[in-house]
Amino acid sequence: MAVMNINPTRMELTNLKRKLITARRGHKLLKDKRDELMRRFLELVRENKRLRRRVEEGIGQANMHMAVARSVMSDKSLDVALMMPTQEMSLDITQENVMSVLIPRFNTKMKTPDAHDIYSYGFAFTPADLDVAVKSLSDIMPDLFRLAEVEKACQLMAAEIEKTRRRVNALEHVLIPRYEETIRFITMKLDENERSTTTRLMKVKDMMLAKAHHYM
Amino acid sequence: MYKIAAVGDKDSICGFASLGIHIFQADGAQEAAKTLRRLAADHYAVIYITELLASQITDELDRYRHLPLPAVIPIPGVKGNTGLGMRYVGKSVEQAVGSDIISEDDRSSKGI
Repeated sequence: MAVMNINPTRMELTNLKRKLITARRGHKLLKDKRDELMRRFLELVRENKRLRRRVEEGIGQANMHMAVARSVMSDKSLDVALMMPTQEMSLDITQENVMSVLIPRFNTKMKTPDAHDIYSYGFAFTPADLDVAVKSLSDIMPDLFRLAEVEKACQLMAAEIEKTRRRVNALEHVLIPRYEETIRFITMKLDENERSTTTRLMKVKDMMLAKAHHYM
Repeated sequence: MYKIAAVGDKDSICGFASLGIHIFQADGAQEAAKTLRRLAADHYAVIYITELLASQITDELDRYRHLPLPAVIPIPGVKGNTGLGMRYVGKSVEQAVGSDIISEDDRSSKGI
């Protein structure tokens, strides 16, 4: 690992030591964050998969009934039947903070209070299969919204985990070793200087003594 | 106040209209991409898109992947389930963990 390009002075040494302590603490915190994020993420992903399976199955069922309905009635009358929806859905969004990842939460709001008010047509001229198709879609509606919520949360958390993991790795394998190496380098250099100063002083002392007592 | 949209071919999404979801018919990748951009800019928080269309505009989908809104969710259309939605979940896992450990669990539990 390369030693940083700085002057081997005592001031730099103190600075570096302080930085190393900060880096170590940051590393520990980020590691904890990563672990907790990962735990929550895996829980969410499992739920995501479960919901997706259920939703896909439900939509498949609805599509099947819709296909039957379409075969019984003309395209035009199907269009007319579904042209003017009685229900209008809107979303309220609140945000939840999970380990500093902002995750949106959806609250659905219906225009009409009756949740069963989903049939936008009179029953006289439409086949029962259409009713079944619409009903089965409305049945999986809560799952569909939860899926949107969970899937978005998963995507956002995945990005955050990736970021955190990179930071942890950078600290662990690059920054901290580099600081340690540099600190060792500076300490060695300072020790060496001290030793050379000592020997120089001894030498000077010898020379002065020699001069004073006329040795040799 | 946010809204919900469904994008896809008419047969796949017409049922959603009765639930109060706004439906937008789109055939072909270009039209779908354009619709998606328009909806994302126009207060739609959840956009359901058929897997068939989604597979044609994965680049567009990836753009919204890491934004808080909108949530673009692939759903199966009348042409059936292509597995794209599940693959997308796997992609998230791969990004976070480094490899898709959950799908592998599924596969091994099924004995494949």
